[in-house]
Amino acid sequence: QIRFVLLISRQGKVRLTKWYSPYTQKERLKAIRELSALILPRGPKLCNFVEWKGLKVVYKRYASLYFCICVDSEDNELDGLEVIHHYVQVLDRYFGNVCELDLIFNFHKAYFILDEILIAGELQESSKKSVSRVISAQDTLVENAKEQASSLSNMIAQATK
Amino acid sequence: MEQLKTIGRELAMGSQGVWGSSKEFLELVKTIGEAKSKAEEERIVLAEIESLKRRIQEPDVPRKKMKEYIMRLVYVEMLGHDASFGYIHAVKMTHDDNLLLKRSGYLAVTLFLNEDHDLIILIINTIQKDLKSDNYLVCCAALTAVCRLINEETIPAVLPQIVELLNHQKELVRKKAVMALHRFFQRSPSTVSHLFPAFQERLCDRDPSVMSAVLCALYDMILVNVKPFKHLVASLVSILKQAVEHRLPKSYDYHRTPAPFVQIKLLKILALLGTGDKAASENMFNVLGDILKRSDSTSNIGNAILYECVRTLTSIYTNPRLLQNAAEITAKFLKSDNHNLKYMGIDALGRLIKITPECAENHQLAVIDCLEDPDDTLKRKTLDLLYKMTKANNVEVIVERMVEYIRNISDNHYKTEISSRVIELAERYAPSNQWFIQTMNQVFEIAGDLVPQKVAHDLMRLIAEGAGEEDEDADSHLRSSAVQAYLQILKEPKLPSILLQVISWVLGEYGIADGSHSAEFIIGKLCDIVATRPGDDKLKGYVVSAITKICAFEKAAGQTVDLIPECVSFIEELYASHSTDLQQRIYEFHAVLKLDRDTIASILPMDASCEDIEVDKDLSFLNSFVESALANGSRPYLSDNERRGMGAMTTLASNNDAGTSSLLRFQPYEKPSIPEPAAALVTASHYSQDAIDQHDIYSKSSSNDGTRLKLEGVQKKWGRPTYTPEAQVPKNPINISDSVKVSSSAAGKEASSRNSSAPPYTERKQPSQEISAEKKKLAASLFGSKAGETKAKPAAKLQQNGTSKKAPAKPTSPPAPAPAPPPADLLDLSDSLPQIPSVDPVDQLADLISVDSSAATSTTSLVEQVLDAGKVATKGPSPQASLQKDSVSRQVGVTPSGGTNPDLFKDLFG
Repeated sequence: QIRFVLLISRQGKVRLTKWYSPYTQKERLKAIRELSALILPRGPKLCNFVEWKGLKVVYKRYASLYFCICVDSEDNELDGLEVIHHYVQVLDRYFGNVCELDLIFNFHKAYFILDEILIAGELQESSKKSVSRVISAQDTLVENAKEQASSLSNMIAQATK
Repeated sequence: MEQLKTIGRELAMGSQGVWGSSKEFLELVKTIGEAKSKAEEERIVLAEIESLKRRIQEPDVPRKKMKEYIMRLVYVEMLGHDASFGYIHAVKMTHDDNLLLKRSGYLAVTLFLNEDHDLIILIINTIQKDLKSDNYLVCCAALTAVCRLINEETIPAVLPQIVELLNHQKELVRKKAVMALHRFFQRSPSTVSHLFPAFQERLCDRDPSVMSAVLCALYDMILVNVKPFKHLVASLVSILKQAVEHRLPKSYDYHRTPAPFVQIKLLKILALLGTGDKAASENMFNVLGDILKRSDSTSNIGNAILYECVRTLTSIYTNPRLLQNAAEITAKFLKSDNHNLKYMGIDALGRLIKITPECAENHQLAVIDCLEDPDDTLKRKTLDLLYKMTKANNVEVIVERMVEYIRNISDNHYKTEISSRVIELAERYAPSNQWFIQTMNQVFEIAGDLVPQKVAHDLMRLIAEGAGEEDEDADSHLRSSAVQAYLQILKEPKLPSILLQVISWVLGEYGIADGSHSAEFIIGKLCDIVATRPGDDKLKGYVVSAITKICAFEKAAGQTVDLIPECVSFIEELYASHSTDLQQRIYEFHAVLKLDRDTIASILPMDASCEDIEVDKDLSFLNSFVESALANGSRPYLSDNERRGMGAMTTLASNNDAGTSSLLRFQPYEKPSIPEPAAALVTASHYSQDAIDQHDIYSKSSSNDGTRLKLEGVQKKWGRPTYTPEAQVPKNPINISDSVKVSSSAAGKEASSRNSSAPPYTERKQPSQEISAEKKKLAASLFGSKAGETKAKPAAKLQQNGTSKKAPAKPTSPPAPAPAPPPADLLDLSDSLPQIPSVDPVDQLADLISVDSSAATSTTSLVEQVLDAGKVATKGPSPQASLQKDSVSRQVGVTPSGGTNPDLFKDLFG
């Protein structure tokens, strides 16, 4: 079971957090601080796992971003690694050549996608296709809403002219 | 160029205004991104919070604007600041009809609130409404929120609707409903226990994603109770087969591996179902073999499956052929250059050796490599592995490794964990007391105050009791070497308090025992100890007691003690100490010094920390005192019950046949037998004030009184928790010596020394037998059925040294020095040896088992020897056996020898 997901930039800035187990704000900050101190200095050839307080943190670096997930000590680490990769692939598919900036400015979208992939600390969807399908379904709704809104404002604008 | 790109993207996004990210927000993100320091970032965020607070509370904020504010709150909270003022607005937003806004509201709420938050109650209604929605996306949004927000109390409010959604036409909704129910199961298993059949039905869902969601839930349920799911083995195996044979939809492929996540989940479940179940396991063999064949070990995900397979194979009923395959996979992992795979390999090896311990031998070099690796994670994992495979014959090397590791880390969590492991291993497998003490000292030195107090008491007890046999010589050797070692350690700066306590106690008890140090020297050292830690009252207590003891020993030996100036000033200071405990100790010290020689010798006898103390439970020595007091007209003692008038009937009836039902009694007792606690307290206070004056009184009375003394129940009266052997608490030496002062009487000494050996030692007898039995078993599993005697191991080791892993050695071959020197960089064993200053175990060995040395080659006699030792030994690992082993391992495995001979790694692998 996944305890939390963390995206940290190479400078230690937080890009996205999702907590599946209850943590207080204080514990969260502490966890983030400790983990970035633990993970960021690690060299590229070392293994992608870190033991932390009886749990395990699996991390992977993509460009300047570290994707970390914290799992139970009995979980399969390689599996965790692939969950990360799966998420990144979906992001990539959605944003088209995803980069850190996409995640900074569209972090809510990253959240939505994450919600489609992981629920309550479990991998819920391992098919990239269906994830993208759901997200695009939501987006079309949004687009429709937007069109409606803009047509509405057009009408208002015309009416007030 | 990079910057241009960035700007371009920003512009693009700004102009798009996707999801209403306004310019302001972009600006915020940008300034935070450019912040040079944490403080600057803080400042920006705080300003943002202020402005949000103000604006969010304005009336009639347009909904779209509000959504943006809330997203900004999410961002702020993500950066670790408190945004609780906006929570209510996020909750409100979930009520919105617009899906987009609703979804954002849910997102914010799930990020902000945890399931016990007060605001949850406001959302329940919305969730209920949304679960009924026609739009499946609304349903999904609500279900996603349910997974995060519903707690035990609110489950019933939504449960029926969610169960209905299990049959929704959209697979997406079905899947999320399953996940929500899974979550409920985690929260409170009883709420969904009636739904097990529904889960099983969903297992056969047309859509694989629903099926895989069910797998997650099943795993958790099986983890709790395997029984109700045993019948699923066949269907799970067939699902796994389908997955492996590529029959699930293409979209579930991942790097050309068919549905790997499903496979892994299934393997986990099968591992649970197959544990200890032969029939179920046999069902799985086929498909497991299939996976092992098909999985491609070049991709990460393929390896993940293989690793999971190994895990499953090691937990189900074993099949030798598949286990062989698992061993091969592990070998491949270990040989890989990829650190991740090495890590997995170490982990897999740790699982394999539980079933087939001998497979470790093939991977010695790989494991040593991992241990030497700069990667901390890998190193730690390897230590875990070593911990699992520690045996009596490799404990020294492994413990040395662990100690070295904790010396170099600063993480308290792991320091505590690993040092407790070291202690555990040392207690279980210590080859000699000498080594044990030395190891403990190291642990104290490094991990210091992270070590539990109990360990310190155990160590002191070990030093006090020595080898536990009649052999006083060995004991005193042990003690004087401990004193020697501690005097050495004292030279180092900054020792942890707990180690100093042990040192003080040992110096006090045995500092001058062997006559090589003068009392003044030891007292000086003790004063130095205090000087390093001025504020530590507990330590001061230890030191005062130690000084008291040394002075008493000296006086008892007929010498005068001149206190050195530091000591005098130290003592003066304590007369006015804030700690009453310290004051008491110092006054006692003062009183002891004034006594004459014989009394001192009887209250603080030399080397009596292990002696039993007899306690006069009836306090009969006070009889005369009480009688005279009664004769002088004092009121007789009434027990607590009587005074309160409660239970008067029963106590009276038992104490006095004339029992009346009146609450008060006016006639005196005939004789105050068995005083109740309150009485004891009264006298106790007397007693400690001028313990010395009273001394004569009770030594007389107790010798007059012929009653047998009982120890149990005494602590209640005196409030001293430790000095009865019945109490499980490890004996606190200080208390022991204190109580020697108070209650050992002239008569007590001989009697107690008679009785002493029994109670404290019986406790320890058992472990010694266990250990020797375990050793035998381990040896047997390592070297076939012949083992069970200590010589076999080194001999076998030696044989392998010579023949370089060819054939299993014959245990009868005599020990001889190992041929080759060890690689200096890996296991420099010459340093790892416990440095034993004054005693050579080999010499001791000769003394101890002179019979044995002649019969060294005879296996049977040795077996007997060891068995005898196991029986006779009164505590700890039997000294004969351990010394024997010690000396043999010195001669054979552990002597400095060997060049690049890899077989020396046998130390780690047995």
